[in-house]
Amino acid sequence: MSENKSRRGFIAASTAALAGLTLAPGIRLVEIASAKPDNEPVTSKVRWGMLIDTSRCQSGCTDCVTACGKENGLGEVKKPRTDAQWIRKIDLKELKSGHALSLPMMCQHCAHPPCVDVCPTGASFKRADGIVLVDRHICIGCRYCMMACPYKVRSFVHEPHTDQNPEVPRGQGCVEGCTLCVHRVDRGGTPACVEACAAAGHNAMLFGDLNDPESAIAKRIREVKTTQVRADLKLDLGVRYEGI
Amino acid sequence: MKAIVIAVLWGLTFAAAHAAEPGRTPLPAIAIEKPGQCVEPKELMRRDHMKLLQHQRDKTMHQGIRTKKHSLNECIACHAGQKTGTVLGKDGFCQSCHEYAAVKLDCWDCHQPKPGQKTAGAKP
Repeated sequence: MSENKSRRGFIAASTAALAGLTLAPGIRLVEIASAKPDNEPVTSKVRWGMLIDTSRCQSGCTDCVTACGKENGLGEVKKPRTDAQWIRKIDLKELKSGHALSLPMMCQHCAHPPCVDVCPTGASFKRADGIVLVDRHICIGCRYCMMACPYKVRSFVHEPHTDQNPEVPRGQGCVEGCTLCVHRVDRGGTPACVEACAAAGHNAMLFGDLNDPESAIAKRIREVKTTQVRADLKLDLGVRYEGI
Repeated sequence: MKAIVIAVLWGLTFAAAHAAEPGRTPLPAIAIEKPGQCVEPKELMRRDHMKLLQHQRDKTMHQGIRTKKHSLNECIACHAGQKTGTVLGKDGFCQSCHEYAAVKLDCWDCHQPKPGQKTAGAKP
C-alpha cells in the first residue's frame, strides 16, 4: 500500500512538473484545462476548490447567500424553516478574547465524501473533478446524506417548484446542496457566490483548480496557513479557510 | 351486379368521408411552430427521444458533457409554443402527445418547461 502510495505521489509530482513546463511565455507543454470543450468529460486532472479568507469576509454581508439563491432559484417558497439553503453565513466569537469572525459555510466538496458513502442509490456522487453532486434522477429523498454530512450543508426540498433556472433543475422530494455552480464551471466560469463577493469588493472567496500549481488558489494555499474544517475527519476538503 | 358496384362505391365513399371527419379519433396536437430540421430524423425522435434524452442526461450529470444536440433545454427552446412560451399545456408539444399516449411526464417536476435566459458565468 505504501509503495502504491509513493508511486502515485511520484506520478502526480512528475505530471505536475511536466504541466508546469513552459515552452514560451503563456504556452505550456501540457495545457492545464480550465474551460473544457463541451463534448469532453471532466477529468481528475482538475480538482475544483475554494479558499475563503475570513479576515476579508464581512460580518452582516450576505451577498454570497443572495447571489446563490438568485443563481440557483432558491427561496421561491418563502418558508424559512424548510427552504433549501446551499450556503449560509456564520458568525463566530471567541468569548474569552472577544475575537470575532464571519464566514460562509457550504458543501466542502470532500475528496472522501461521507454523503456518497451512505447513499443507498448512488444518487450522491463525486465528479471526477472533485465536485460533489446529487443526481436527482436517482435520489429517492431518504436524507441519509443529510445525516452523514459533518457540515450540515445539504437540504431537502419539501415543496413543489415552478420557477427554476433552466440550467439548475430542482424539485420536490430530493436532497440538494451547493454544486459549486457546476453549470457555470463547466463553461469556464466561477460560482455565483465568488462573483458576488468580488463585486462587493471583499474578495474573500477564491475559486480555482487545486491541482494546477500555477493557479492563484494553489499558490495561496502554498504560501499561507489554511484550515480544513474538522480536519480530524480526514475528508480532504475542496473548500479551505484562512484565518480560523 | 350494377347495384352491388354502386353499393360498394357508396360504402367506400362513406368510409373515406368518415375517416376524414375531424374529432372522431383524438389525435395529439403536434404543432411545429418553428419550421426546420430537428437534430435527428422525425421517425427516430418519435420513437426514441426518451433514450436520447436519458443518455444525454447521464453524460451531463456525471461527466459534465454539455453539448447542445440532445440537450433538453435545446428541445424546449425550439418546441415551446410561441404564444404560451412552454412545452406544457393542452396543445403543448410535450404534454399533448404524452396525454394521448398516456405516458406520465415527470421531467417537469424539476426542469423548467419554459425557455429562459442563460446565466452569464464570467471567466475567472
